[in-house]
Amino acid sequence: MNQVREFEGTVDELKTLFGDRAAGGETMVLNLGPQHPSTHGVLRLMLELDGEEVVRCRPDIGFLHTGIEKNMEAKTFLKALVMTDRMDYLNNLGNNLTYCLAVEKLCGIDVPERAQVIRVLCAELQRISSHLVWLGTSAMDLNASSILIYCFRDRERLLDIFELIGGQRMMTSYVRPGGVWRDLPEEFVPAVEAFLEYLPGKLADYERLLTRNPLFLRRTVDVGIIAADEALARGMTGASLRGSGVNFDVRRAAPYCGYEHYDFDVPLEDGCDVYARYRVRMREFHQSMRIISQALARLQPGAVMTDDRRFAPPPRSALGRSMEALIHHFKYWTEGFTAPQGEVYQPTESPRGELGCYLVGDGGAQPARVHFRTPSFHNLQSLAHMSEGHLVADLVAIIGSIDIVLGDVDR
Amino acid sequence: MTHIDTTIASLREKHMHAIEQIISFRDETTLLVSAGALLHICRDLRYDPALGYSVLADLAAVDYHPQRPRFAVAYLLHALKHNARLRLRVLLPGREPRLPSVTGLWPAAEWPEREAFDLMGIEFTGHPDLRRILMPADWEGHPLRKDYALGYEEVQFSFNWREIDLRKDYAQE
Repeated sequence: MNQVREFEGTVDELKTLFGDRAAGGETMVLNLGPQHPSTHGVLRLMLELDGEEVVRCRPDIGFLHTGIEKNMEAKTFLKALVMTDRMDYLNNLGNNLTYCLAVEKLCGIDVPERAQVIRVLCAELQRISSHLVWLGTSAMDLNASSILIYCFRDRERLLDIFELIGGQRMMTSYVRPGGVWRDLPEEFVPAVEAFLEYLPGKLADYERLLTRNPLFLRRTVDVGIIAADEALARGMTGASLRGSGVNFDVRRAAPYCGYEHYDFDVPLEDGCDVYARYRVRMREFHQSMRIISQALARLQPGAVMTDDRRFAPPPRSALGRSMEALIHHFKYWTEGFTAPQGEVYQPTESPRGELGCYLVGDGGAQPARVHFRTPSFHNLQSLAHMSEGHLVADLVAIIGSIDIVLGDVDR
Repeated sequence: MTHIDTTIASLREKHMHAIEQIISFRDETTLLVSAGALLHICRDLRYDPALGYSVLADLAAVDYHPQRPRFAVAYLLHALKHNARLRLRVLLPGREPRLPSVTGLWPAAEWPEREAFDLMGIEFTGHPDLRRILMPADWEGHPLRKDYALGYEEVQFSFNWREIDLRKDYAQE
């Protein structure tokens, strides 16, 4: 019985894909993925091919769906935080940040200045780390395999920095509602400074390998074109949208964490193709480094967690002396805090685009609804439009250029 | 006068009775609109050059079970040129929740509407390809509804391993 239903589901899917040409055997239907190295995760693409040309492309997602939104509804606001790490696994600190900003907006929590600067540092380091993975994997898809190894080598340094601040390489949960978990260790600033000195030379190397490489140009220029209007209507955001010449960056349009105080450019390209999106991200590396060095200069001593005791735990030192502090500590971590009734939407600029958190509170200690507007989900919608009429090999280049993370698509 | 004020004034003029409530919370504006007028309001927001809500940033469904009306669907619209965000909110009954699809106005709605259909069971009439997106095609129920149990794995210890094993779906005996 079960098998029959599965079969029906599949046929239904195929009906929309199969045109008369496919049914008559004129075109071929090919299944790419869900386990294929160039689909950047568990993405299944059903392709209708005419020779090697893609006639129609139907993405099939959900293989990595882990019910994160449902799980978060069953936890307190604090405990739900750990689920966000697991969503977009290349932007863990950014996911933490988006969720925390939404909780802070809903509850009306003020975050101290030092914590704001630390958050900017985290978000930009994470952007570099994510872009390094994008550069490595998307170049690898175009057969530039040494870049992958170089980029992962550089990213390792950033993961060491994340381990320094959060105790974990990836699942940090470092950003918390009201601030950050703890102050930066003293090794942090020298480590970041060393990285800022290290990276530009390496980036220049990668640019030398790719930017004017005739093979790379032939694979990327005029491939996967999407016009600005089309990209906007299909919900594209981030570097992929800026590659089509639309000047939209959430850090500029709706600044958070004090981004309005930083001096940086929003790189724009108007090629609308894979190469333009490549150029935008390569330039974003340098802008992130600019922001990081400004943030290091802004880093002043101070508190890293709000002093509003409704939303912050009591200081550890108080637990041994004060009965009330001990009770508060216990209540805070078990029952959590309550949020008012209402709904908020908090957008942020993740390495992939607009990452938004739509949070609904019902007056209780658990979110009534958490919805993440994830950039990969929306950017992937345009894949079919961009790839039709191209070769299968170009399709692989296009997937690399929109920089999707399947954990972010499926949640 | 902000762009949001302009938008509300313009919508009030044309759709006097369709706007049921205007909610301001934490500097965000939400318009509660009736399901019947949704498509008309959206068309104005999208195509009226003075309003220019060219981007549908997000679409999310909320389940308020056991309250009535049970469901709400939120449309987050973004006027890029004016840097203004507006949320539309539609309330839907628990039985056969149904809304017109806005994919004709914003193609970006295609997957989010499929997601709301898949996880919350809200039907969007006029959607070109309404089927499950995240859950498998043969899945039963809509997991994000509040009356859909979260489910968990029972923790097995050495003394009760077999007892719990027998309760599982794949138990043979």
